[in-house]
Amino acid sequence: MPTDRPIRLIDEHGIRADEHRTGGFAMPDAGILLALYRRMVIARRFDVQVSALTRQGRLATYPSALGQEACEIGATAALADADWLFPTYRDSIALLTRGVRPVEILSFFRGDWHSAFDPAAHRIAPQTTPLATQALHAVGYAMAAKLKGEATATLTFLGDGATSEGDAHEAFNFAAVWQTPTVFVIQNNGYAISVPFEKQSRAGTLADKAIGYGMPGHYVDGNDIAAVYAVVTDALERARRGRGPTMIEGLTYRMEAHTNSDDPTRYRTDDEVERWRVLDPIARVEGYLIAEGALDERTRAEIADEAEQLAAETRQAMNDSPRLDPLELFEHVYATPRSSLAEQRAYLAEELSGATLGSNDTGGLS
Amino acid sequence: MTIAHHTDAPTETTAQAPASRTLAGALGAALADAMSEDAGVVVFGEDVGPLGGVFRVTDGLAARFGDERVWDSPLAEAGIVGTAIGMAMNGLRPVVELQFDAFSYPAFEQITSHLAKMRNRTRGRVTLPVVIRIPYAGGIGGVEHHSDSSEAYWTHTPGLTVVTPSNPVDGYWMLRQAIASDDPVIFLEPKSRYWMKEPVPLDRPPAALDRARVIRTGTDVTLLAYGPTVKTALDAAELAALEDLSIEVIDLRSLSPFDDETVGASVRKTSRAAVIHEAAQFGGYGAEVAARVTERNFFHLAAPILRITGFDVPYPSPKLEEFYLPTAERVLAALDTWEW
Repeated sequence: MPTDRPIRLIDEHGIRADEHRTGGFAMPDAGILLALYRRMVIARRFDVQVSALTRQGRLATYPSALGQEACEIGATAALADADWLFPTYRDSIALLTRGVRPVEILSFFRGDWHSAFDPAAHRIAPQTTPLATQALHAVGYAMAAKLKGEATATLTFLGDGATSEGDAHEAFNFAAVWQTPTVFVIQNNGYAISVPFEKQSRAGTLADKAIGYGMPGHYVDGNDIAAVYAVVTDALERARRGRGPTMIEGLTYRMEAHTNSDDPTRYRTDDEVERWRVLDPIARVEGYLIAEGALDERTRAEIADEAEQLAAETRQAMNDSPRLDPLELFEHVYATPRSSLAEQRAYLAEELSGATLGSNDTGGLS
Repeated sequence: MTIAHHTDAPTETTAQAPASRTLAGALGAALADAMSEDAGVVVFGEDVGPLGGVFRVTDGLAARFGDERVWDSPLAEAGIVGTAIGMAMNGLRPVVELQFDAFSYPAFEQITSHLAKMRNRTRGRVTLPVVIRIPYAGGIGGVEHHSDSSEAYWTHTPGLTVVTPSNPVDGYWMLRQAIASDDPVIFLEPKSRYWMKEPVPLDRPPAALDRARVIRTGTDVTLLAYGPTVKTALDAAELAALEDLSIEVIDLRSLSPFDDETVGASVRKTSRAAVIHEAAQFGGYGAEVAARVTERNFFHLAAPILRITGFDVPYPSPKLEEFYLPTAERVLAALDTWEW
């Protein structure tokens, strides 16, 4: 049974939470929390930078995860190298945390190509836009791992809105029935674009749904990276030991608009946003680390420098104009070459070479 | 829990006379042989385990290969296709069954937005060798949602290969070729032909997966058919021969890609063509065939290409399907509308 109140290890004041709130999970070492804090600070700088570049028109769109760093980084950092991540469009900072370079992440949002990084190299599936569809891919990947005897787990992120989709239900059910090594991390950030959680679900918590599927569920303070990391680490280890899937709900908040083309003033109040601002996930762990003596000014300055370097790299990458080859349109549609595509490719090649064509008839009379 | 490497002997050796098989039996033999050769081939779907599928295509596979290679999934088609995608990303070659044509629609998003596009989205880095078997079309007295011809949904989706056998020999070989393909394949099995029986030689495939076959030669008209309507076309050709009309019949076999070469050669010879399918006419696969063949062969054509198809109505109830389905008589009546 999920707990009634969210599991937390560090409270909103940066103080170790009361024992009865921890759900029995142990506080990660300060060294681990410092590493997570570093990644959060860098991720937020990246997020702010990319949002700015998007406002400047360098990117077509960017769904920000600002405010959700504890869920994004806490869960991603818990993955072992061999594990696979199945992310959504909002999880760019999770990709960053797993080592994907900014240009490889942002080529998607700049409009160069749908997915630019090498999935196998990073063990990350392409970011999906249709909701909850990737959860089934995560279950399938995990099922194959189980059948092949690999000690590999998969982790997929979903939003609160995505849990309304049929594919989410099917993924939870298949994972439970097949006992696949899969961890579902639901980031309940309060809104699906403009629609508040109350209009998505009547469930007390989304984690409660785990009961119906026959898997463990955890309701976690999604702005407490210590709790997210501890709970996800436990779920992943459980999965790799052959104990099946786990559903985790992280209660958090999307501080920014859905994307740059959204206007959140139409559906939520400034007061509400401000109430969440004081629950900031980075400030919380920062306060804890300082109080523990694990974070000093010099380290903070180093991390800030590192974040600025990444921001500069990001700006530089987005200032470059990529050279896209229109003929690449035809390159990756099929593994088996098709003469009909070769004809259309030849048509475009001729058009690009400046030859005049009377129609778009790609076949011609034979 | 690991996949053992099976070393079973193939279904039969080449020295023997080829055994007669039904289409359903040939498909099952193809699955068994593919699974014997490649430990990565797994079969799952609704009722494909101990029951052997509602059409018994997977009969005996679970007993022979075990429930780690052949298993019953929960009853959810998006889940079946979505998890097959994940398995293929992890190196398996899943062959899944979607029990009836209209039951494939819950999987539409997984097929069109993910299975078909993953290779393209990842610039060729992710290959998804998934075969989706779909028993399709009518003629068996099925109640509603059990007789659709949904091929146009799939052929209109770049990234998919769409094939349909019309006989046991093609059933065996095309399924072997589909499983061996690195592209996702929609494998449409005509229900009304499942019980057709003929000798199935297992020494070599009759044609590549992407080729049409001329299965009856003629000089006056080319009939283009696939799946369940190949028999309709052959019946029409028999009847027409009584009236000294020489009909060439082409079994398209591969709907996407389309074999322009084989079809073009025939049409340029006969200068008349008609396409036959069970699906509704408007926006159907026959429209693409008629347009494509016309564009490429216009000056060789003596008449417009005809479509002999189902009506533009939902597939009818069992007692009315005989009025809906294209028949040999309807084919001949259509050919009579041309000026000769």
